[in-house]
Amino acid sequence: MLKKNLEQLGRNVGGFVTTAGRITMLLGWTCVYAFVPPVKFKNIFKQMEFVGVQSLFVVILTGMFTGMVLALQGYNALKRFGAESLVGPTVALSMARELGPVLTGLMVTGRAGSAMATELGTMRVTEQIDALFTMGVNPVKYLVSPRVIAGICMFPLLTVITDFVGVVGGYLVGVKLLGINQGVYIGRTIDFVQINDIFTGLTKSLMFGLITTLVACYYGFYTTGGAEGVGRAATSSVVLSSVLILVSDYLMSSMMA
Amino acid sequence: MIKIIDLKKTFNHKQVLDGVNLEIEKGKITVIIGRSGEGKSVLIKHIIGLLKPDSGRIMFEDMDLTAMRERDFNEILKRFGMLFQGAALFDSMTVAENVGFPLKEHTDLQSADILKTVSEKLNRVGLHGVEEMMPSDLSGGMKKRVGLARAIVMSPEIVLFDEPTTGLDPVMSDSVGTLILETQKALQTTYAVITHDITLTYKIADKIAMLHEGRIIAEGTVDEMKASDNPVVRQFLEGRAEGPIKVY
Repeated sequence: MLKKNLEQLGRNVGGFVTTAGRITMLLGWTCVYAFVPPVKFKNIFKQMEFVGVQSLFVVILTGMFTGMVLALQGYNALKRFGAESLVGPTVALSMARELGPVLTGLMVTGRAGSAMATELGTMRVTEQIDALFTMGVNPVKYLVSPRVIAGICMFPLLTVITDFVGVVGGYLVGVKLLGINQGVYIGRTIDFVQINDIFTGLTKSLMFGLITTLVACYYGFYTTGGAEGVGRAATSSVVLSSVLILVSDYLMSSMMA
Repeated sequence: MIKIIDLKKTFNHKQVLDGVNLEIEKGKITVIIGRSGEGKSVLIKHIIGLLKPDSGRIMFEDMDLTAMRERDFNEILKRFGMLFQGAALFDSMTVAENVGFPLKEHTDLQSADILKTVSEKLNRVGLHGVEEMMPSDLSGGMKKRVGLARAIVMSPEIVLFDEPTTGLDPVMSDSVGTLILETQKALQTTYAVITHDITLTYKIADKIAMLHEGRIIAEGTVDEMKASDNPVVRQFLEGRAEGPIKVY
């Protein structure tokens, strides 16, 4: 029994080390091929449209309702101390430093990350990636580098939109619904939120963009096992990306504090 | 043109290729036959560089393909074409974009010239007016034809075929066989075909090689193979369940 458990533990550790090693290798090659000419601008713009523009609706919706609920809960809590005027800064700081980048990361992982893993996984099992190789086209350069570049570029932009929409949502609930004075709400928000808070969130979103696209490409690129394997790749990609986003968020928060 | 020397490959402790020796002659159609799971696809993937052997060499014009740097190998790949079992057309591209893809990636041709070459190659494989169709709109036979057009669009010196008739009805299989013969004669290209379709093999082969238990156990012309007294070859060519080849 003990032997079996140890064997299983060994397999799990081995699997983890293998995955980590292969993701690191893929990251290395992605960086190398991103700068090897000719740069695939058309592919990059196509992926930016997919990751960024097509995710707009979902991040606006997420940002709006998150800002609204933050204002509502913040008001209920702060009212007990007579500090309703701090609802604005609470919403803005929470959105800029944590919720904006994290929620954007999680939502785009669910939408674009899973789609990337599925697309590349399907290309792998139908030999389209092999076909690229046989035509003398490097699959990492053609498929992975543009996606990772698009993720790194678009996540900060999406985060800015989430932050802004969240603040607007908080304003609507705080000022229009709960009756906080408009001047106090805006003034306090401007007083408390510094440019550094926004940059902290944007730095995180850069990392989340890298994590989401790299993990999705990794699982898609190394898919095995037909249709079932493609489904497994999509699921694994979302799970690992989400976990890495949350873990790296804590680590980056503690380093930047 | 291509000489495979003592090629060995193991997957999960299973010896798939156990010292393959084979010569693919220039300007001829070499057909490699064998049962499913005998390593035919593994062999062809070694030739095109998708797999690296455990040992052995693949010589192409005195160059060892197994020991080449990636950049040099990519240059060599431009002289190869490959038709995959499922055609491996890019789902997100039209037929014209699929066929023109190698030209777009490796030449300075303008779009109009690429389109002209694409139409010419599509006509050569018997397809007309399909340029704007998506791969999902094509039948199995049409996909194979588009795949062949893409494989020959760069006018390669050698084209590899992975099970070109799998999944096709007998009439379409015969049509693909005719197409292989016609294009090979017209382009004077070297073709290497792996298949277990005996009818196709007899129709197109200049030379047949049989892969069994990781080795080439017999090779020769169609007539020589038909006259072979090797019981494994006879059983396979005659399509009998009884014989030395074990059925699992």
